[in-house]
Amino acid sequence: MLIRRQEAWMERESDVTPESLYRNRRELIRGLGAAALAAPLLGCGPGGETTEKEADAPAGRYAGVPANSRYRAEDAPTDYEAATAYNNFYEFGTGKSDPARHAGAMVTDPWSVRVEGAVERPGTYAFDDLVRRSDLEERIYRHRCVEAWSMVIPWIGVPLATVIARLGPTADAKFVQFETLADPAVMPGLSYPVLDWPYVEGLRLDEAMHPLSLLAVGLYGRVLPNQNGAPLRLVVPWKYGFKSIKSIVAIRFLERQPATSWNRAAPHEYGFYANVNPEVPHPRWSQASERRIGEFRRRKTLPFNGYADLVAPLYAGMDLRRNF
Amino acid sequence: MSNRAPLAIGKPLLFLALALPALWLVWQWLAFAAGAPHHLGFNPQETSNRFSGLWALRCLLLTLALRPFSQAIGRPWPLALRRMTGLYAFAYALMHLSSYLGLDLLFDWKTFTRDLLERPYIGFGMATLALLLPLALTSTRRAVRRLGARRWLALHRLVYIAGILAVSHFLLLAKGDLREAQIYAALIAGLLLLRIPRRYFLRDIRGQRAQGPANG
Repeated sequence: MLIRRQEAWMERESDVTPESLYRNRRELIRGLGAAALAAPLLGCGPGGETTEKEADAPAGRYAGVPANSRYRAEDAPTDYEAATAYNNFYEFGTGKSDPARHAGAMVTDPWSVRVEGAVERPGTYAFDDLVRRSDLEERIYRHRCVEAWSMVIPWIGVPLATVIARLGPTADAKFVQFETLADPAVMPGLSYPVLDWPYVEGLRLDEAMHPLSLLAVGLYGRVLPNQNGAPLRLVVPWKYGFKSIKSIVAIRFLERQPATSWNRAAPHEYGFYANVNPEVPHPRWSQASERRIGEFRRRKTLPFNGYADLVAPLYAGMDLRRNF
Repeated sequence: MSNRAPLAIGKPLLFLALALPALWLVWQWLAFAAGAPHHLGFNPQETSNRFSGLWALRCLLLTLALRPFSQAIGRPWPLALRRMTGLYAFAYALMHLSSYLGLDLLFDWKTFTRDLLERPYIGFGMATLALLLPLALTSTRRAVRRLGARRWLALHRLVYIAGILAVSHFLLLAKGDLREAQIYAALIAGLLLLRIPRRYFLRDIRGQRAQGPANG
């Protein structure tokens, strides 16, 4: 008999948008068509663009992907519109709307990923060879940005552990480093060294192999929009958002802890681990609370973004104030 | 050209122009509250904090720029606008604080205290406002008379310190991309430089008068 324990990090079924509503959201939005049509005329900004984007997107490519009920964050998922128009992707500019504005120029098909380092099967992998359709599942995760805002996103992806297991890290591999595309032809943000491009991130191998770590290829049942890190991005929901590197072009297996971009830029502000921790303040943002996009009040930030039950054992015996 | 003419038109125009951003922000929040379409974006508090803070800084810069501007055009009338632009800077700074403390923190004093202690840029922001407060309170003609012109002027030189604190606040809160804050910092630095050499220059002239012609 299956006993489903309601753990602290799990979203209660009752809190999630009813599936019928969620599945029918396009119809609902179409129903709002009249209002949406009027909106651009009134110059009311983002709201009016929804129907157009819904229609344009290659909808339903991942519509049939099974949901993994073990990983369903509580609370209603953030509006698709907000999740795809309020982004940090500095390669396309540092404004929140810059990625949605500029990322369309990035070509994500064909896409290949270089696999290097301490691994049995290195080489250049085509997207489809790395991520198989049969691997995919939907998971609803909380997403907490270091800037003290958060979202709830239904991702489509493959457990990172599945991909890593196929690549076969050798005994030397202790860390994994990921690298984002850096193509000045399509990424206007690269012209200014906000960070040392290309963007790199990394995990300890056991963090990477943790069942929560996901390689996402879609959200809300659809292909990832470019501004969200198409075609392939990391999602590590117990860490601040900048760890969840976008548009991955290289995966390296390393013996030593790799450089990570924000840590390199400001080591006293952004640690390698960057686990969500309300106890460790940041010089610019209180990490004790966060604004869930779409909500007016701040809510309390949970240790490990609410995933402590699952991931705290990874850090047993570590001083998380020092290893922030 | 008389001194009155540009002021008669310019002052009410500037008054209106500087009121518009505040009215816009209030209008957007009212729309937000009514559930109507608005331009505050997906993180309204962030937009509102940023917008009010930028206008406080712009008004402060404008206030500091009026003397050099008056010198550049060789006319005194821009000086008569400083009280208004200075009070606008204070009003926007108050709006900025209200946006952050009221709409963002919902008067959560515990969080505010922690912010003040843990985040240097909050301290710089509060110090800016604290410096602008006595200037706003002594902005009347009566206050000038009561303090005496010399003391009043000395007090109002605090506006330069306020400018430095305000851009420091901006520089410290920027994440990664400092460009916008650096532009404001450069403008403040430029305006300060315009003031400092002039005073040294005057001292040199006075010194030269006392000592006779120097080596040239």
